[in-house]
Amino acid sequence: MKPNSISPKASIGSGKDNALKQDGANEPVRTRRRRLSLSVGGVIGLLIVTFWALMAVAGPLFAPHDANAMISDGYFGPLSLEFPLGTDYLGRDILSRLLHGAPFTIGVALAATALACTAGVVLALVAAASGGWVDALISRTQDALIAIPNKIFALLMVASFGSSVPLLLLMAAFAYMPGSFRIARAVAVNVMTMDFVQVARTRGEAMPYIIFIEVLPNMLRPVMTDFGLRFVYVVLLLSAMSFLGLGVQPPDADWGSLVRENIEGLWAGAPAVLAPAVAIATLTMGVNLLIDSFGGRSKREMEK
Amino acid sequence: MNSTIARLVGGRLAVGVLTLLIVSLVVFFLTSLLPGDAVQEQLGQEATAEAVAALRAQLGLDLPVHLRYFNWLGGLITGNPGISLVNGMPVDDMIASRLPNTLKLAAVTTLVSVPLALTIGILSAMYRGSIFDRYSNMLAVFAVSVPEFLIATIAVLIFAVKLGWLSALSRSVEVESFGELVRIYALPVLTLCCVLTAQMARMTRAAVVDQLSASYVEMAILKGARPIRVVLRHALPNAIGPIANAVALSLSYLLGGVVIVESIFNYPGVATLMVNGVVTRDMPLIQACVMLFSLGFLMLVLLADLCAILSNPRLRK
Repeated sequence: MKPNSISPKASIGSGKDNALKQDGANEPVRTRRRRLSLSVGGVIGLLIVTFWALMAVAGPLFAPHDANAMISDGYFGPLSLEFPLGTDYLGRDILSRLLHGAPFTIGVALAATALACTAGVVLALVAAASGGWVDALISRTQDALIAIPNKIFALLMVASFGSSVPLLLLMAAFAYMPGSFRIARAVAVNVMTMDFVQVARTRGEAMPYIIFIEVLPNMLRPVMTDFGLRFVYVVLLLSAMSFLGLGVQPPDADWGSLVRENIEGLWAGAPAVLAPAVAIATLTMGVNLLIDSFGGRSKREMEK
Repeated sequence: MNSTIARLVGGRLAVGVLTLLIVSLVVFFLTSLLPGDAVQEQLGQEATAEAVAALRAQLGLDLPVHLRYFNWLGGLITGNPGISLVNGMPVDDMIASRLPNTLKLAAVTTLVSVPLALTIGILSAMYRGSIFDRYSNMLAVFAVSVPEFLIATIAVLIFAVKLGWLSALSRSVEVESFGELVRIYALPVLTLCCVLTAQMARMTRAAVVDQLSASYVEMAILKGARPIRVVLRHALPNAIGPIANAVALSLSYLLGGVVIVESIFNYPGVATLMVNGVVTRDMPLIQACVMLFSLGFLMLVLLADLCAILSNPRLRK
């Protein structure tokens, strides 16, 4: 078993090296530049994503005020030194509320995306490895789930089970699993036909070995790109649900709920309503820019 | 139409019907998993056990779950999806009174966004790598990453609050003049168009670029045809199929987009009906709405498949 398990890895490794060498031989300059630096957009995206990732973990610690304390007399107050992003409809500090909302918006979406992609990839591997009626059954079911538009599915789930945070997480994961499955299955079927997989099969390796050691590592890049895109969709879906008042419920608030509760401030052009909306936009655009610089754009077009 | 096309189309139709059946199973069992007992809720806590049992029997809720599913599915097929738990009205009447409004909104959005998207997509494919291409690409990334409610709020802020040109709420949908049409539909359509146009333009661009890299285009260029002629006469007719496919698929975005846009602008369409149904937990209404939206999605996918099949010259006689 031991020598067997080493040899395929070595063969994959050398194959990759060869491919890279060939690239390098054809276009040495471009390859080197690409390796050294991201595009400008990519750097901006990386900075934004890093910033929000930090805020998702430590955001509440930086909050200058108590997020639920009505500390200002002014409703929909303007930007000031004491309240850097103004105050909301009850005179609460928007910056603090925004920072307290970050774990909800980012954390829940991240967990849901991870769940969706894991489930999608596992199902895709099972389908691609088994083929036949198992593949047909799984694919048909996932196709049927895609036929329910995501927001409609979200409404259905909230109507049936209420809108607690665990349910929202599960709902988003379930809503985006079929899309992830579709991409992962297409990639897995491709990898399955590669020579090194055929070799491993001929050698008589067990299915789990083929799936996890041979196929999965070679799917990682498209799956990671897909993960980023899906994260954006999940953030938008969960914000939209909160905006409709069917997402995160008070006293907790994610950024979508912040926009909703301050929507009256729109007439005054209050920062209270714009700040959380802009926060969502920077997060999703940051992720998009980062993915774009990895060349994942074509994947999005494939799916949409 | 020859037999190959008929067979392909028939196959797609069969898959569509099968998918719809699976959707109905998912919808029904998700909504019946936690009954939350709508009857108890409707009658209140003081209701006697007999009254509850009577109403349950009247609504058919005392039957085993698979029988209830077949009753519901039968009702759905015969156009009788049940009675609203909240106001006792037939669900199909409630939907029928709202559906035309949503279709109108969708139609106006389609009429605005399709020509716009095609123009942008074709132009940016013609001038690949130009400033126009790069900026339209950046705008598209912006449009698809931003939540609809941000676009809507900014639009309201600019056009209704600062400039005072348009009203922020669609109070009536009776259109008497062109001015009124613009006033009612401008903001909802603008919001829906942002994402839709961005997606469609990107896919159109990809389809045209794909054709432009074909060898017959190279031939046309070598022959000395002008760039405009190469694109419009040579590449475009071959890209029609993929473009129509892209348009149909993009339009499926509308099915989710209307939920947010109708709610923000208080537009009396099916989506607001459904959101209200979710708030009041009116299950028969929600089930029917989900089936309706899924049907819409499947019809668009079928349309996209048809475009792809019919535009393939190898399948024509």
